[in-house]
Amino acid sequence: MRLTQTLIGSLALMFFLLMPLKGTASDPNQNDGDGKFDPKELINSHVWDSHEFHIADWSGHPITLALPVILWTENGLTIFPSSEFHHDNSGTTVVEANGQEFVKYREHIFYADRFDKEKFESASTMGRPFLYEDRPLDFSITKTVFSMILVSLLLILIFGFAARSYKKNKKAPKGISGLLEPVILFVRDEIAVPNIGTHKYQKYMPLLLTIFFFIWLNNLIGLIPFFPFSGNVTGNIIFTLVMAVIVFIVTIFSGNKYYWKHILAPNVPKALYPIMIPIEIIGMFTKPFALMVRLFANITAGHIIILSLVGLIFIFETAAISPVSIAFVLFMSVLELLVAALQAYVFTLLAALFIGQAVEEHH
Amino acid sequence: MNIVAPESLIFWTTIIFLLLLFLLRKFAWKPILGAVRSRETSINDALEAAEKAKLEMQNMHADNEKLLQEARAEREAMMKEARELKAKMIADAKEDAKLEADKMVAQAQAAIESEKKAAIAELKQQVASLSLEIAEKVVKHELSDSDKQMKLVNEMLGEAKLN
Repeated sequence: MRLTQTLIGSLALMFFLLMPLKGTASDPNQNDGDGKFDPKELINSHVWDSHEFHIADWSGHPITLALPVILWTENGLTIFPSSEFHHDNSGTTVVEANGQEFVKYREHIFYADRFDKEKFESASTMGRPFLYEDRPLDFSITKTVFSMILVSLLLILIFGFAARSYKKNKKAPKGISGLLEPVILFVRDEIAVPNIGTHKYQKYMPLLLTIFFFIWLNNLIGLIPFFPFSGNVTGNIIFTLVMAVIVFIVTIFSGNKYYWKHILAPNVPKALYPIMIPIEIIGMFTKPFALMVRLFANITAGHIIILSLVGLIFIFETAAISPVSIAFVLFMSVLELLVAALQAYVFTLLAALFIGQAVEEHH
Repeated sequence: MNIVAPESLIFWTTIIFLLLLFLLRKFAWKPILGAVRSRETSINDALEAAEKAKLEMQNMHADNEKLLQEARAEREAMMKEARELKAKMIADAKEDAKLEADKMVAQAQAAIESEKKAAIAELKQQVASLSLEIAEKVVKHELSDSDKQMKLVNEMLGEAKLN
């Protein structure tokens, strides 16, 4: 009997958790206007960034957390809450602030008088965010930034607490530090020391530990499907770009003479220099590029698969498919838990490897 | 791909990550790694000290064993010496006793010899004097009658022939 109760309870919880998705699906702004469910829009709205944090829908009205919109306009800094757009994403609601008018179209904020829907739609997907003649610079705290701040606070709280317990307890670690120490030692003994070397690894430990735990916790937070979590940080290519650039900068500033000699004067006949040097220089950039794409693609793919499986219920328009969906979503979620740790590990490992190559001594 | 305001995310990610790196480095990684390292050092030191103590114990044990061995050997040597001494003493005593006994026998023999000689000499004297007395008496007695004197002389002559 208890098992049946648990089953009914979990099913009810699942439906509750799926409610926001259903709400999104019936949101007229995100449909093609004919009321039909569009899985692409549903998935995009969850995978990509937004200026407000969608929590749930209540009788057709979306409940959201209004995040601040911070714009660097022609009149200077302009700040207003994103709720002023009234959930509008079609460029119709005009917001007046600091003597200027703004509209929001598919999460991009434009000057109201310069917004051209045709121009935006005809622009390439990659070109859309860069229509800077039509829009102010946007430094808003978006959902992704909000999640990142949340994760950072959690990390500071958890590790600050763990560090404090070390001051009191000089013996074997227990409690939270007993949980975290094996992971810290794993980063040190399996990632930093073998790749960077026993003599130089200590300098890079704070960076590697921060990268590892920041990415891991962001991955995990992205898997929790309700407020204040669910922000897809590591599945955002701009985030992975910044992380990769940080690794790249650290790598080239750590590079010793052997590293630069390997790139600029490789150990090959001089006649091959016109081929080898460009290849080596391209190699410098492909390494962080691979870092960026690997993390982004893995996490985004996981999110898209989970959302697609949930979307099956709404595509078939029947709850009968839900056991199949739930079974697959459960399986994928567990797999994604593994992927979350694995991708954090791979990113950190490759970062350590690149730094290790840059500081390696040749004899 | 629908990237929203890349400049926002680039700006905030950089700021947040660098701030997080700085704060965690100062308040988490340094204390934690420091504590872990010092604990590892103390564990290694303790293990080394234990190993050293074990080695010392072994050395001490070996020393004890050696001492015992030496004591045993010494005792053995002493016993042997004592045994030899005893044997020698017995042999010496035997030798002495034999010599003494021989000497005593020799002395006794010498004494007996001299006593014997003295006795023989005295006997001879006494026999001589006795013989003379007897002869005197016989002569005195016999010579009172000439027949008898003659008979005696004959007898004596006869006897002398028989000898």
